[in-house]
Amino acid sequence: MHPEFEPVIGLEIHAVLETRSKMFCDCRLVASTHEQPNVAVCPVCSGMPGTLPVVNHAAVEYALRVALALECEIATTSIFARKSYFYPDLPKGYQISQYEQPLARNGRLKIDTSQGEQTIRIRRVHLEEDTGKLTHLNEDGETYSLVDLNRSGLPLLEIVSQPDMHSAKAVRAYAFGLRSILRYLGVNSGNLEKGFFRIEPNVSIRPVGSRTLGTRTEIKNLNSFRALERGVTYEIERQTELLLQGKDVVQETVGWDEAEQATVSQRSKEDADDYRYFPEPDLPPLVIEQDWVDEIRASLPELPHAKFKRFQAEYDLNAYDAGVLVADEAVADYFEAVVAADAPPKLAANWISGELFGLMRQQDVGIEQLNLPAEDLAGLIKLVDAEHINQNTAKEVLEEMLTSGESAAAIVKARGLQQISDPEQIAHWVQGVLLGNPNQVAEYLGGKQALSGWLFGQVMQAAEGKANPRLLRAELDRQLEELSEGR
Amino acid sequence: MAALTDLTLTETVKGLRTGEFSSMELTQAYLERIDQLEPKLHAFISLTPDKALAQAKAADKRLKSAGDKQLPPLLGLPIAVKDVLSVEGIRATSGSRILENFIPPFSATAVQRLLDAGVVILGKTNTDEFAMGSSTENSAFGTTHNPWNLERVPGGSSGGSAAAVAARLAPVALGTDTGGSVRQPASFCGVTGFKPTYGRISRYGLIAYGSSLDSVGALGRSAQDLAELFSIMAGFDKLDATSMDLPVPDMHLNADVDIKGLRVGVPEEYFIKGIQTEVEEAVRAAVSELENLGAQVRQVSLPHTEYAVPVYYIIAPAEASANLARFDGVRYGLRVESEDIIDMFKETRGSGFGSEVKRRIMLGTYALSAGYYDAYYGQAQKVRALIKRDFEQAFEQVDVIAAPVAPTTAFTIGEHSGDPLSMYLEDVFTLPANLAGIPGIAFPVGFDSDNLPIGMQLMGSHFQEETLFRAAHAYQSASDWHTKAPAVG
Repeated sequence: MHPEFEPVIGLEIHAVLETRSKMFCDCRLVASTHEQPNVAVCPVCSGMPGTLPVVNHAAVEYALRVALALECEIATTSIFARKSYFYPDLPKGYQISQYEQPLARNGRLKIDTSQGEQTIRIRRVHLEEDTGKLTHLNEDGETYSLVDLNRSGLPLLEIVSQPDMHSAKAVRAYAFGLRSILRYLGVNSGNLEKGFFRIEPNVSIRPVGSRTLGTRTEIKNLNSFRALERGVTYEIERQTELLLQGKDVVQETVGWDEAEQATVSQRSKEDADDYRYFPEPDLPPLVIEQDWVDEIRASLPELPHAKFKRFQAEYDLNAYDAGVLVADEAVADYFEAVVAADAPPKLAANWISGELFGLMRQQDVGIEQLNLPAEDLAGLIKLVDAEHINQNTAKEVLEEMLTSGESAAAIVKARGLQQISDPEQIAHWVQGVLLGNPNQVAEYLGGKQALSGWLFGQVMQAAEGKANPRLLRAELDRQLEELSEGR
Repeated sequence: MAALTDLTLTETVKGLRTGEFSSMELTQAYLERIDQLEPKLHAFISLTPDKALAQAKAADKRLKSAGDKQLPPLLGLPIAVKDVLSVEGIRATSGSRILENFIPPFSATAVQRLLDAGVVILGKTNTDEFAMGSSTENSAFGTTHNPWNLERVPGGSSGGSAAAVAARLAPVALGTDTGGSVRQPASFCGVTGFKPTYGRISRYGLIAYGSSLDSVGALGRSAQDLAELFSIMAGFDKLDATSMDLPVPDMHLNADVDIKGLRVGVPEEYFIKGIQTEVEEAVRAAVSELENLGAQVRQVSLPHTEYAVPVYYIIAPAEASANLARFDGVRYGLRVESEDIIDMFKETRGSGFGSEVKRRIMLGTYALSAGYYDAYYGQAQKVRALIKRDFEQAFEQVDVIAAPVAPTTAFTIGEHSGDPLSMYLEDVFTLPANLAGIPGIAFPVGFDSDNLPIGMQLMGSHFQEETLFRAAHAYQSASDWHTKAPAVG
């Protein structure tokens, strides 16, 4: 980041509200990327003449959950509006959205970055419908487009932040935090690849100390958090470079090109579209009863940020561990169950974010599908903590637990894996290895310190992995010291 | 015995029930009369004789099965349906080239409720393109002729339905009324026509023109006939978020409807300069007749009436400009292939829409444009609220408001076609009810010196349709204007 310039970034996030049916019709929700085209389409979402929209009550409830979790003011009456433009993915020629009177305004989301806690203000939260999807093809020189309306009419929540972010890291933290909330609320799976959670940052640059906003660009096509961070960073650098060269930033939409690792100009906004918004006459104003709001508010779960704070205070975890655990509510719940079964919190956090996350990634499943009851993991951790088995043995035991479903204690007993802490036995193993490898010992004593690790490994091998590593290390060091003094 | 095609709905249903005639005989009688007169009138865009006869055959089977005690109320009754209303499997053109071959995959709720009640559909009637017009001259499929005088327009946009009912091509026909499109053709063709309260009959399946103004109505020989249709079509529909969940009166009007004490208001703003003298005289005479029947007549004021035309011609085109955006050649209807997608849109819409539709799309697009919205659409909505308030205040004093339907009787074909503005002014008396969302019923109250029918309308407070039907029925029980039939030829 150039010291003279400050990036100013706001985010528009579109999240599909994963209700059973679409926003204005009974069609089921399907992920466009995973289904045959046009399998969830009816006269309403294909814009047949004579059809009318009817608001999906569940989508409103989902939206209210989010708005309340973001501490927004809820509009007692909000208005749907038509946003008109012609495009083949928009069956009615207009999108039903909310414009002048959105469902909710003035919320906030707390994020934690390396600079500490920061509050990002939410400008508005509103409901709308998604468009269809176009696939552009070129066959034998003939270009054409295919229209898939599976996505047409999916309930979308648009969440617009204020331009309160000043780094790619903050953008990531905000987007990640918001996604986490949506997942906690059970309204969105947070899947960027499927397009169920779409992030569009507006990036501008201004001289440090300036109060006015620079010309902004909007970045689209960010299909992962990594792309988000890189795209924003790229755009900050690109704009900074332009300003340093005395050139102007053009207000436009740019797309992130994953292959090029660069943003590419998509559409200039200089001749801005006139969407001719007007209130949707087919839908009466959306009236929200206070009782309903109260009921939803009361049903909200503990949200990620509160849990993050509590995990640090209650379990004495550092911010990193707490952050990793609370990102996914199922993981956080699992962690608490492991701790409730008497595993030390720090060890539990390490096992979950290390071994279990690895397994989850490998198998592409959630923690609840790992087939490892929290009590069982706690049992394993307790064996390690009590030095009955060492870390490496524990990993082996874990693998067997997952396949056999047996408890850690049973496996350790059956396979005789119990850690050996007998000092004489350990001294014997160490002695054997040192005598058997005179050359390496000589090199070590000559100053090649790194060989200490190799020797440790040799002893552990001799012990068939069962030696208490803490005692082994101490004994090895002791004997090497003796040899050194003896020279 | 009178010809089957001369019977009212009530008489027809009774004849079918008693086995006096079958639905097949009845349907055939109508189809024959259509064959005979349709070349002169052009009331229909599509005729569906095969489907109609199949429906009639099925109806007869049920009528004859003695065990069936739950016979639908209109079993075997033929009707005609305006072409802006969708009927599953029958093309719905809306009077437009752009939908010339469009076959809807579902039926409008109002139509479906009638189908469930046992009706037989003879065909789809002519309309101004997308219901935009007051003469049926804007249909892409040719003008309908007024059965009382073939040189005259039948009114519009439900001109096909009005002509069909007047000429006895159908006992009743469905229409739609966005700015008078049921009441004005009913008046021009000497039949009875009603528009319900906005929200009373589902708009689902009505190919939208002005969504906040559109309503599904019907045309027939009498208020009594239409009350039967109303009771069946009205009521909440989960497919239309603007339909109201209110109880619907089950009206069976008998001969001795009493309107003693009914308070009838006469708005002086509806008897303006330029109104045809014979129209004013006939309407005032009809009001006197209501008074003779026991009604209390008093003057009321609707001071914002003069703004109805400009307000309507901003709001309706604005809504239409969005409603008609879906006709882009991508999914259904006409497509004119072109170099790229934008040109395809332009070519398709350019050749698919007629000039009046294009004019209203442009008016509406302009009124909604950034920088003009507040001055046009925003301002029109404010004045609309004033027009609505006029009625609310008037209905504190009276039960119904009586007024002429149109300033003149049916005009000559081509008379206004070069001057859209003069055509718009024809709507001055019918637009206010749509802007206010209130119900109205139009019925014949006399003839002018050219033997053209004159209509009067009664407007009522929101959801007070029953009062309107009863008042019109009382009038029709004491007069015979509604029984007059044209000698088409």
